[in-house]
Amino acid sequence: MKTVTKASRRDFLKIAGTTAGGLFIGFNWFSCDSPKVEVLSTEEILSQAKSFNSYLSISPTGDVVIYSPNPELGQNIKTSFPMVVAEELEADWEKVRVVQANLDTEKYDRQLTGGSGAMPHSWERLRKAGATAKFVLVAAAAKTWNVPAEEITVEKGIISHKGSGKKGHFGEFVAEAAMMTAPEEVTLKDKKDFKIIGTPVKNVDAKDMYTGKPLYGIDFQREGMKHAMIQRAPFGMKIKSVDDSAARAVSGVTDVVTFGTSVAVVGNTTWPLLKAKKLLKIEYESDGAVESTADHDRLFVELMAKGKAEVKRKDGNVDAAFKTAAKVVTAEYQCPFLAHSPMEPENFFAHVQGDKVELVGPTQTPDRARQETATLLGIPPENVTVEITRLGGGFGRRLRADYVIEAVEVSRAINAPVKVTWSREDELTGGAYRPAVRYRFEAALDANGTMIGYKLRGVGMNAGNTTRENNFPSGAVDNLLIESIEHKSTITTNAWRAPITNFLAYAEQSFLDEVALAAGKDPVDFRMELLNRAKTNPVGELGYDVDRMIGVVKTAAEKSNWGKNPTIKQGFSVYFSHRSYVAQVADIEVQGGSPTLKKITAVTDCGMVVNPTGANHQVRGGIVDGMGHAMYTNLTFENGVPKQRNYDSYRLIRMKEVPEIDTHFVDSGFDPTGLGEPALPPTGGAIANAIFAATGRRLRSQPFIEQKEFSDIKLEIRRA
Amino acid sequence: MANYNLTINGKSHSVDVEDDTPLLWVLRDNLGLVGTKFSCGIAQCGACTVHVDGKATFSCVTPISSVGNSKVTTIEGLSEEGDHPVQKAWEEVDVAQCGYCQAGQIMTAAAFLEQNPNPSMEEIDNAMNRNICRCGTYHKIREAVALAAKTK
Repeated sequence: MKTVTKASRRDFLKIAGTTAGGLFIGFNWFSCDSPKVEVLSTEEILSQAKSFNSYLSISPTGDVVIYSPNPELGQNIKTSFPMVVAEELEADWEKVRVVQANLDTEKYDRQLTGGSGAMPHSWERLRKAGATAKFVLVAAAAKTWNVPAEEITVEKGIISHKGSGKKGHFGEFVAEAAMMTAPEEVTLKDKKDFKIIGTPVKNVDAKDMYTGKPLYGIDFQREGMKHAMIQRAPFGMKIKSVDDSAARAVSGVTDVVTFGTSVAVVGNTTWPLLKAKKLLKIEYESDGAVESTADHDRLFVELMAKGKAEVKRKDGNVDAAFKTAAKVVTAEYQCPFLAHSPMEPENFFAHVQGDKVELVGPTQTPDRARQETATLLGIPPENVTVEITRLGGGFGRRLRADYVIEAVEVSRAINAPVKVTWSREDELTGGAYRPAVRYRFEAALDANGTMIGYKLRGVGMNAGNTTRENNFPSGAVDNLLIESIEHKSTITTNAWRAPITNFLAYAEQSFLDEVALAAGKDPVDFRMELLNRAKTNPVGELGYDVDRMIGVVKTAAEKSNWGKNPTIKQGFSVYFSHRSYVAQVADIEVQGGSPTLKKITAVTDCGMVVNPTGANHQVRGGIVDGMGHAMYTNLTFENGVPKQRNYDSYRLIRMKEVPEIDTHFVDSGFDPTGLGEPALPPTGGAIANAIFAATGRRLRSQPFIEQKEFSDIKLEIRRA
Repeated sequence: MANYNLTINGKSHSVDVEDDTPLLWVLRDNLGLVGTKFSCGIAQCGACTVHVDGKATFSCVTPISSVGNSKVTTIEGLSEEGDHPVQKAWEEVDVAQCGYCQAGQIMTAAAFLEQNPNPSMEEIDNAMNRNICRCGTYHKIREAVALAAKTK
């Protein structure tokens, strides 16, 4: 099957410019006949390379440079994006260099990392970038050799014409090809002919990461650069007075700057600033509600009972269904705030010079950094450049530009280049957190154990819509009501890996287990019954593909030997988020001694898998993340300040706490969908359901280890 | 301020810093050896792990005044060409996601394998439990340490 698609104008502005400009490549120091054996640096390659489009430059040496525009924070986009371009180009992966592109809104759309959306958004445009470059290279070869282009084949960067026996590498045709106009339409490869996509290509930054090269924002240095650390106000407070005399007295501190609710200590190195920050005497006063966790717990109960609910979805007649029900199941679930806690603390470099600003650092949203900087300084956005470094994790934290703006503020105030670095305490206390949420679920069952009514009400602390109203089980229940209640908190919140669903999925999948139990049905059978209903006779709009969900449910039951081993107690969970479907089964062995969590089986439908290594990473990482935060991590507030301020009390999952994770991917034939987030949401539910199956204890709040129902369960975690 | 003569990655360095300055910040800010990472600053996560006389050490809580004549090895000096068996195993297994913690993980693993060249999986888990990976690459770390032990 051939796929013909239209080229996007934006992607090919560059090639049009190149063609019109008629640039010429100098061959004076390069001989096509005797390729250099030495390895050229990427800079050397680029100095002679020809740009084919926003993603791709090729040098006369045949070396290919592929630009990866989206920020890399561990989702492996810097490897998988170029794989897609190289595939359609028919490049030799060994000759490909990958360069992180800086912010360029002329060249790139959606240059951000979030929502597991990069691959679905760019899949086709990356393929076209490779295919159009291949097209003009082939055309150039055809012209040079005076043979029909259709008779030319390309493999691993070598262009060949069988009839005439002619052969040459990409570099030999770069000059000619770059003069040609890229086609408006281009034929893409048949997926069955993919040679790079679908193979475990290694991380392109591996060597640099494992030898300690400066890759991350925090590693950035600049001659004359100052360092700064900032003391931020508790949530709901503002500065009344600042006594910085003791801080200024610390050797190595050169300045103290106050802006907004922040006080920055500035110096030539970091350590004096860590000390000086503790010596700042800042008096705060209330500037809104100064909240504690006890307030949130009280608010949850009050708002759940009589808060102003926004109806997100209503099907049938819920009241009537609950009145006629043979059985009603009700349960409430709650989660705490969480910090994102990327291993690389927030940091950014800024250099404000008049009406121009240079920004360098780790950001998921470089354009937001630019826009907010431009707004703050009242300058045109194009006066702000953003260099994107590798990110030491993100998890949503770096979608915000607050820490970028701080660097801009300090640079402006001290009139010098500066890098602002956060300490771990800053990161935990100055967060933009996963919102705390509480849910109440109600289910009405008829005499046959069929779920005839379903109600969900979520109360969130700055959570926005706490529900995903068109998600499963919507569409499978005749009478359904989904509502959300918002509390405007002074504690800042932000998207946190798999926003909302990171907790909603656990609560919902645990509750569905409670309903299955009440209905006297096996948890998998019960879900299948609902899914079959949604498939054959759906109620209202469905935000998910029922067949794909059924696919992962069935495969997970099969791969986990669901219900086959009496000494293994299992918990099931399935969730759709970010366009992908993931079902998980947690296995707890109950034979002798303590219950032991041994394995989580995960079945994912993310469409075509671009890089199996990366895909496995995302699924396992999502599960470890989901498990760690469900089991161990809590963030509580007292008077607007978190009580857990570093890893001694803010507990993250460690090596000895991860079970075996058995990953499987369903080949559904779809184009690639998101994978940075979808594996996380189902995990808490799978584990909680397995704990219930093994111990009879239902865990309705996170973190599990702090729940009284869990206190006497000595759950062991052991890999095979 | 005091002057300290240090031996780092086999080379002599001289720095003028306060006595309480952690080795981490001397490496990063004074010597430009930024491969050693800052993350928690309180010896909880292991991102800052270096070798001090071959022993895995949290550089974030190691005052420069305590280093003396000890030989310090950082990720930059673990091998000349980045081909230490642990580094090669990390590449082979393709361990990293964001990669930020991995220099510390590699340094912990390298010191551990010096002391215990043929570890059991349980011993690997125990040794690596002092380093946090927020991305959750623990399965891969475990696999890479085992591979490094085998190929050493």
